[in-house]
Amino acid sequence: MSKMTIKTEGDRFVVVTRRFAATPEAVYRAHTESKLIQKWMLGPEGMTMPVCISEARPGGKIRYEWTNPVGGGFYLTGEYVELTPFSRIVHVERMHFPDPTPDNHVETRFEADSDGTFMTMRMTLPDAKTRSQMLATGMEHGMEASYVRLDNLNLAQSCHVPTAR
Amino acid sequence: MNGTLEAPNLDVAFLALSDPTRRAILARLTQGEATVMQLAEPFAMTQPAISRHLRVLEDAGLIARRAEGTRRPCRLSKTGLDTIDQWLAMLRDALSKNYDRLDALLVTMKSGNEEEIP
Repeated sequence: MSKMTIKTEGDRFVVVTRRFAATPEAVYRAHTESKLIQKWMLGPEGMTMPVCISEARPGGKIRYEWTNPVGGGFYLTGEYVELTPFSRIVHVERMHFPDPTPDNHVETRFEADSDGTFMTMRMTLPDAKTRSQMLATGMEHGMEASYVRLDNLNLAQSCHVPTAR
Repeated sequence: MNGTLEAPNLDVAFLALSDPTRRAILARLTQGEATVMQLAEPFAMTQPAISRHLRVLEDAGLIARRAEGTRRPCRLSKTGLDTIDQWLAMLRDALSKNYDRLDALLVTMKSGNEEEIP
């Protein structure tokens, strides 16, 4: 389904929107309960998340560890700042490659709409150095998957990402 | 920023992107500049064969090459692709896959069988 939008906002933010055919409560739970997070927040194909800590309360810890079959991996740490069940999550996160990337401040909103939930996620755009590092890491950890993904990319996707600038 | 491909001839760009080796070369170049030798490494191909692919990419405006002594290192061309577009494309891809998986999970949650998902 191509219901997702992703665009930059000014120089500092990325805004992602997506519709889900489920209640805000279900979508919120899938974003905060570790047993549910582990089932979908897996990123590139072939990755699994053997460790998932999600203490969904203000100040609560976040730790996701991803690994691939050839032993590569990286992890994310963070803290919850504010939670309003089942409509809003504010948290801070950083990736570790293993050096930590700058903090990414993320606000995720879930709004009921006629046929489900409309999600808006607003996050900090990493700086140029971090972006290159993330690209390099993505390639390193999923070279084969990247080739397959590139095979599946259409020209519109690979050459035209809508941005707000 | 306008991420639209600014190739002189769209047919040339489409043709350049229609080959898996050339797309893999572009993927490698997102990590930074590379020489023909470095680009040839992951492929079971000779350097002249890789060079032919590079010429197609260069003609399409997707990569640029500069002279450094006898070497001509390649990099993604600013007119073709930009790091932020590359990064957003990667993020879009990872998130799309995540949310497609979440769609499936939400269906199972609705039916009350969330513990049964592998």
